[in-house]
Amino acid sequence: MIDKTVKGCCLGIESTADDFSVGITTFDGKILANVIDAYIPSEGGIHPREAARHHSEVAVKVLKEALEQSGKRPKDISIVSFSQGPGLGPCLRTGATVARALASYLNIPLVGVNHCIAHIEIGRLSTGTTNPVTLYASGGNTMVVAFAAGRYRVFGETLDIALGNCLDVFAREAGLRQAPGLPFGAVIEKYARQGSKLVRLPYAVKGMDLSLSGLLTAITALLKKGDCRLEDLCYSLQETAFSMVTEVTERALAHTGRKELLLTGGVAANKRLQSMIRAVAEEHDAHFETVQMQLAIDNGAMIAWTGVLAYTNHIVTPIEKSFVKLRWRVEEVEIPWMK
Amino acid sequence: MDEVNSPMLIKKGAEANLYLAQWHGREAVLKKRVPKKYRPIELDHQIRTYRTIHEPQLMSRAKEAGVPTPTIFLIDVQNTTIIMQFIKGKQIKLLLDEIGENERQNVCFKIGELIAKLHENGIIHGDLTTSNMIMNPSGRIFFVDFGLGEKSAELEAKGVDLHLMKRALQSTHYQFAEDCYRSVIRGYGTLVGSREQQGILEKISEIERRGRYVAERKQEVSD
Repeated sequence: MIDKTVKGCCLGIESTADDFSVGITTFDGKILANVIDAYIPSEGGIHPREAARHHSEVAVKVLKEALEQSGKRPKDISIVSFSQGPGLGPCLRTGATVARALASYLNIPLVGVNHCIAHIEIGRLSTGTTNPVTLYASGGNTMVVAFAAGRYRVFGETLDIALGNCLDVFAREAGLRQAPGLPFGAVIEKYARQGSKLVRLPYAVKGMDLSLSGLLTAITALLKKGDCRLEDLCYSLQETAFSMVTEVTERALAHTGRKELLLTGGVAANKRLQSMIRAVAEEHDAHFETVQMQLAIDNGAMIAWTGVLAYTNHIVTPIEKSFVKLRWRVEEVEIPWMK
Repeated sequence: MDEVNSPMLIKKGAEANLYLAQWHGREAVLKKRVPKKYRPIELDHQIRTYRTIHEPQLMSRAKEAGVPTPTIFLIDVQNTTIIMQFIKGKQIKLLLDEIGENERQNVCFKIGELIAKLHENGIIHGDLTTSNMIMNPSGRIFFVDFGLGEKSAELEAKGVDLHLMKRALQSTHYQFAEDCYRSVIRGYGTLVGSREQQGILEKISEIERRGRYVAERKQEVSD
C-alpha cells in the first residue's frame, strides 16, 4: 500500500478534553506543525460543553495556523487523523466532525487514533526510546503501560481519579489561580517547594493499581480545618501522590524487566515527579526519558504521527465507523507496528 | 537476625529484596524492605515499618483460615526484615503457561477457593497476582507477599481484591485470562455461596465502571 518513503503527510486533530490542537507530521516522522489552543475556564473545572464550544470556535484558526506553520497547502495533506477516544464526549465529537469534514472535502483517508497510545508513540518518536515502560500521567489519565504480545498492556493505573485531576481539584479548593503557561500543577509545585512538613495522608497502593480519591478527600479536609500551611499541604500532596505513582511504576519496571522508562502527560512537567521516576530508573539500570512539554501535553502532532503509523500499517477508519469512543481502553487496540 | 548465613539475592522486587539464606540450618527467605530513595525518608520509613509489621500478622491469620502461607521465623522491625520459610515449588505465573487447559482451570478454581477463605476471614491480600502464588510438589498452593494486604470484611475491599486478580490475569496471561478468571470466580462461589458471589460480581462491575474507560459504559458512546 503506502511505504514510508512516499512524501506524504498527516494532519492530526486532538480534542479529547480542554485542548484543541492540530499537528502535521510527515510519513517519516518529522513534525511540521503543532498548534495548541487551550480552553481555560474562568472558574471551576472543565465543563465538557463549554470546552466543546471553545473547540468549535477556535478550530478554523488553529487549522490555518498549523497549515501555515507547516508550509503545506491542504492538497498536500495525504491523510487526516483524529483522537477517537478516550475523552469527553462533546469535545471528542467536535474534533471528529472537523476531521470527517476535512477528509471528505479533500477526499483522503481518515484514521481514528487512540489518544493514550498517541501519547506513547510521540514519546517514543521524540525521545528515541524503542520499547519502554511508560508512565502517562495527566489530568484525565494515570497509567503505566508497556507493549507485550501485539498490544499495549496496562500494568498499573488509577482506580478512580487521575493524578492531574487530583492536583487540580485541590488547587481549586485552595483558591489558587491558573493562567496560560502556569497550570494548577505548576502552581502547586511552586508552593510545594516552600513546604517541609510532611502531613500524614492515606497511601493507597492496591496491587498494581493505586487510588487517589481518599488522599484528595483527606487533604481537602485538612485544608478546610486550616491548621496547616498551604505550602506544607502542597508538599505532602505531591510527595504522597507521587510516591504512590512511582511505586506502581517501579513494580511495572521490575515485572517487565524493561530497560527504558518514559514519562509523559501533563504532569510530566513536574520536576519533583521527574526526579522520583528518574531515581527508580537508575535503581533498575533503565534509561530514563521525559517527553518535551509541547509533545507531552495533549497535542495534534501525536495524533498525526500515530495516524501515520496506523495508515502505513493498513489501518483506516471509514466515516461510518468513525463514531467517538469515550472509554476506549489501550488494550483494545492492536499495534501492528510494534514487534 | 542471628544465625543468618550466606544470603543470596533471588529477587529484586519493587517493594523488597528477597534473599535465600540459611537460618538456624534451615532454608529461609529473607524479605528486606530496602529504603526507597525517591520518597521522603519519613514517609519511606512509615511505609516500610508498617508493611513489615502487618505482613506477618496477615500471613499467620491466613494460615489459620486454611490458606497455606510460609511460616514466619523472625520479624526484625528495626531492619524492616522478615525471615520466613522457603517454599520450594513453582510460581503459578509460570505454571499456568506450562499445563493443559483442564489442569489450568482446576488450578484457577483452587485459587478462587483460597481467595474466598481469605475473604471469609476478613483478610484482603491486596496484591493477588499469579507471581504471588506458589505450588509446592505436593500440589498445595501457597500465597505469599501480603505486604499490601489489610484486614477488612467490607464488600468494597473484597471486590477490589478480585478486580486486581482479574487485572493481573489480563496483563500477564492475556491468552487465557478470561477462562482463568471465570474459574477463579467459580471456585470463589463454591465457598461463599451463590448469593454472596452475585453480590461480589456486582461490586466488581461497579468498581470497573468507576474506573477508567470501561466498555460497559457503552451507552454513553454515541454520535
